[in-house]
Amino acid sequence: MSDNTLTTQSGADQKEGPIVRFLRATEVDTRMLGMVGALLLIWIGFHLYGQIFNGFGAFLTSRNLWNLSVQTSSIAVMATGMVLIIVTRHIDLSAGSLLGVTAMVMGVVQVWVLPEMLGLNNPMIWIITVLVGISFGAAIGALHGFLIAYMGIPAFIVTLGGLLIWRGSAWWVARGETIAPVDSTFALLGGGPFGTIGATGSWIVGALAIVGIAALLLMGRRQRVRFGFPLRPVWAEWTLGLVGSGLIVASVLVMNSYLWPKGVVRRYAEANNITVPEGGLEISHGFAIPVLIAITVGIFMTFLVTRTRFGRYVFAIGGNPEAAELAGINTKRMTLMIFSLMGGLVGISAVIASARLNAATNSLGQLDELYVIAAAVIGGTSFAGGIGTIYGAMLGALVMQSLQSGMVLVGFDSAVQQMVVGGVLIFAVWLDTIYRRNSV
Amino acid sequence: MTDTATQVDAIDRSGTPLIEMKDISIAFGGIKAVDHASVDLYPGEVVGLLGHNGAGKSTLIKILSGAYGRDTGQIFVRGEEATITNPRHAKDYGIETIYQTLALADNVDAAANLFLGRELLTRWGTLDDAAMEDETRRVMGRLNPNFKKFKEPVKLLSGGQRQSVAIARAIHFNARILIMDEPTAALGPQETEQVGQLIKQLKKDGIGIFLISHDIHDVFDLADRVSVMKNGQVVGSASTKDVTKDEVLGMIILGKCPPGATPGPGASTD
Repeated sequence: MSDNTLTTQSGADQKEGPIVRFLRATEVDTRMLGMVGALLLIWIGFHLYGQIFNGFGAFLTSRNLWNLSVQTSSIAVMATGMVLIIVTRHIDLSAGSLLGVTAMVMGVVQVWVLPEMLGLNNPMIWIITVLVGISFGAAIGALHGFLIAYMGIPAFIVTLGGLLIWRGSAWWVARGETIAPVDSTFALLGGGPFGTIGATGSWIVGALAIVGIAALLLMGRRQRVRFGFPLRPVWAEWTLGLVGSGLIVASVLVMNSYLWPKGVVRRYAEANNITVPEGGLEISHGFAIPVLIAITVGIFMTFLVTRTRFGRYVFAIGGNPEAAELAGINTKRMTLMIFSLMGGLVGISAVIASARLNAATNSLGQLDELYVIAAAVIGGTSFAGGIGTIYGAMLGALVMQSLQSGMVLVGFDSAVQQMVVGGVLIFAVWLDTIYRRNSV
Repeated sequence: MTDTATQVDAIDRSGTPLIEMKDISIAFGGIKAVDHASVDLYPGEVVGLLGHNGAGKSTLIKILSGAYGRDTGQIFVRGEEATITNPRHAKDYGIETIYQTLALADNVDAAANLFLGRELLTRWGTLDDAAMEDETRRVMGRLNPNFKKFKEPVKLLSGGQRQSVAIARAIHFNARILIMDEPTAALGPQETEQVGQLIKQLKKDGIGIFLISHDIHDVFDLADRVSVMKNGQVVGSASTKDVTKDEVLGMIILGKCPPGATPGPGASTD
């Protein structure tokens, strides 16, 4: 095995510069590095812009980064599903509207229906509500999938129709009423000071994540050894592990350094009979629950895509639908399942979005579909089909949300925001075209 | 040629055929793509299915491989009537197909294509990629020892390499009946020779092969028998030792059945 390592290294030494050699050894996706670069550029750019023109750089503060993480969650969850849809050469334009109607249905269920049946603040309310939301989304998604796969209507049309139908239904569910406040446990799923896991919890999650990274690297290496496949040099494995762990520690530190506002601390102290010491009580936010939900969904979807038959078939269909069909894959059923999965994910996003707002309104999720599509595309999902990654789409969601909230922070008005987002979407697809032309 | 002739004699056609397609018809809109066609295939036999583009040979064979459902007719596999309404059924009967377009998913690697639809799983039900790659390395080592690109998406492979992936996929799962649709159309002379060698080897294992082509030269030397189609109908069938290439050309172009052949419903009457 060491032979393999040696030949790659010494062969590379002569022709390639240090950067190319580094990339080859670590097997890092160059595209992902580009995305990280763009992200840093956006973050630092907005921070400096704020500092220079507004006298205050608000972007790179723990408060803003914490908010950013919560805002990204809802888009990131839907983006993971959008990857599968775009990979199989379809599109879903209805995600935002479906989110709206699902949030309204959940609002009705938890505020109007369940309290009457179970009594107010029954601990089952939020569980039933979440299940209803995910099932409702999955059912509507399955309906889309059925129309696309079995009725032969293009996904563009079905979901364009859905965009209007579900936005209309969102209004119709409660005749345009805003349903608030939502169940108090349910509200925690959207973040807010109480919807977090605190400093200790965040360190535990961070530690688990580092153990996970180490385990993945180790298992990957062992697998390669067992079948005699080429190995990464040991220094590259260490670099990957250390960079990954460093990022995790950094994010824990940032999330923990955002403290509860004074008012919230006082109310919390009063409610729990704690005397606030001299100089104030410092309570950290830590990771918000929606962020943990999004990360869990991301891990689940990555597993689904890379380790199961379902995922393999999604990519095979995207690469060559005819070949997949001839290999005996039931492509129609797959399409139905993919859209149903997307609907379920929209249901999860609806939980996050309405819990965060602490209300269900019929305009919730407007234009979300565009952010979701943009996130997937920026993250490397190709409209030609067959190519895309879950982590890319989630990172893409972070890029889109950074742009959006950065523009809000520095005071661009919504007209400019829309123009920029539209421009970025077109630019990302153009960049993707160039990238693919040069890489193959 | 003497070599081929002895092989032709060796084929035993007294038993039940591996495959018997009887009176198959299918129409797309008003066009009868296949019109009461009957063909059969015996173990260890190579039957060339010839005809112009649009003669109906690919359509007939797609019915056998389960890609199209037939309107009328019956299919018998080893004497028993078979229900084949999708590609999975055909595979269950040991019928494997190598399509003209190769039908590979371009964006995934050789192992993923080889096992597409029949993935190896770990005991937790997840994909066993390492085992599949290992198996693929072994199969490809036999078929095409020069094949090295196991991690690349197959779209980065040459025509011959793609062809060997397609062939590996067809024979890896104990195929009894192999359908090859224009197997050498995309290949250079050397690769064509390799495919020829492979066909002879498969014959020895008792596998029946349908070889489909519009070019008689691709098929004549490899086939034991030919069946010629024209306008969706079978012009006739003949043992390659009873007819000449020119006579077969006459069947393809004019639909004229020579004395050495058994005429079908499509033979011209004048």
